[in-house]
Amino acid sequence: MRCGVVVFPGSNCDHDVYHVLKHVMDQEVSFLWHDEETLKGAELVVLPGGFAYGDYLRAGAMAALSPVMAAVKRHAEAGGLVLGICNGFQVLLEAGLLPGAMRRNQNLRFLCQDVYLKVERNDLPFTRDLSLGQVLRLPIAHAEGNYEDSPERLDALEAAGQVVFRYVQPDGSPAGSDGVGDLWNPNGAARAIAGICNARGNVLGLMPHPERCAEEILGNTDGLAIFQSSVQFGAKVAASGYGGRR
Amino acid sequence: MRARVTVYPRREILDPQGKAIENALRRVGFPGVESVRAGKSFDIRLGTADPAAAQSELRAMCEKLLANTVVEDFQVELLGGGDEP
Repeated sequence: MRCGVVVFPGSNCDHDVYHVLKHVMDQEVSFLWHDEETLKGAELVVLPGGFAYGDYLRAGAMAALSPVMAAVKRHAEAGGLVLGICNGFQVLLEAGLLPGAMRRNQNLRFLCQDVYLKVERNDLPFTRDLSLGQVLRLPIAHAEGNYEDSPERLDALEAAGQVVFRYVQPDGSPAGSDGVGDLWNPNGAARAIAGICNARGNVLGLMPHPERCAEEILGNTDGLAIFQSSVQFGAKVAASGYGGRR
Repeated sequence: MRARVTVYPRREILDPQGKAIENALRRVGFPGVESVRAGKSFDIRLGTADPAAAQSELRAMCEKLLANTVVEDFQVELLGGGDEP
């Protein structure tokens, strides 16, 4: 599968994502600089973590207006796969490819720790190798991961099944929600939302970092399935010549 | 035309930064503080002298970039045509 990793000035997880796709998954990968106007044929586009444009104004706000994002939008509209991790998720929100917004973490701290996520969708190109209700342990590293939207829009998001990952306790039971911000939902995200997709299911954003736990040597491989699913989905699409949706 | 745009978290949304500043102000001896909301302000100079055109352009800037209207409100204030920045 041809993969593209977008590099904004200030991205800092671009090489980690490249490494997983290229060396762990053995895929064809190119970097896509923020001022590129095409995606060089990438079928899976990853927006990595970091501090694009120094997080000036708001995290992701400047990056959302960069030339490469126009190409990413066209790719998403055509049904192509887009994965946004951490700052990449913030960019997708600011670009309007996913609904909602991020606020500062409830406790105003930069949080760098492992969290537990419950899988609520396993029918997406990105989550086919996961099982419903499965609990993953993934690291977070962010200051703005406190997901927010109006209650009506949150209801609509839930009703449409667009919540893909939710912060939970290690045994899968619910974390605090709606700004309660506890040990298990450390940033205080509304309804403990950690990752969402668009209505069509071809754009996924999540705050935790699957690329930081995708190899045995790192002591945790819980993130690998997200890359595996995406790549296998890509291979299936290529084999069938079907360029559509899930 | 000079203008000032202020952007601040929407009323119904918890503003963790404003809350922390509010608590800090009370702690340093301002018990009368009832609430604080922390936002941003932008001083902008525009080529136009037409207040209506300036208003509509500034509002468009807020919608497009300066504010994230999911969580933020904005206010546009025209300050006239003085030479000061």
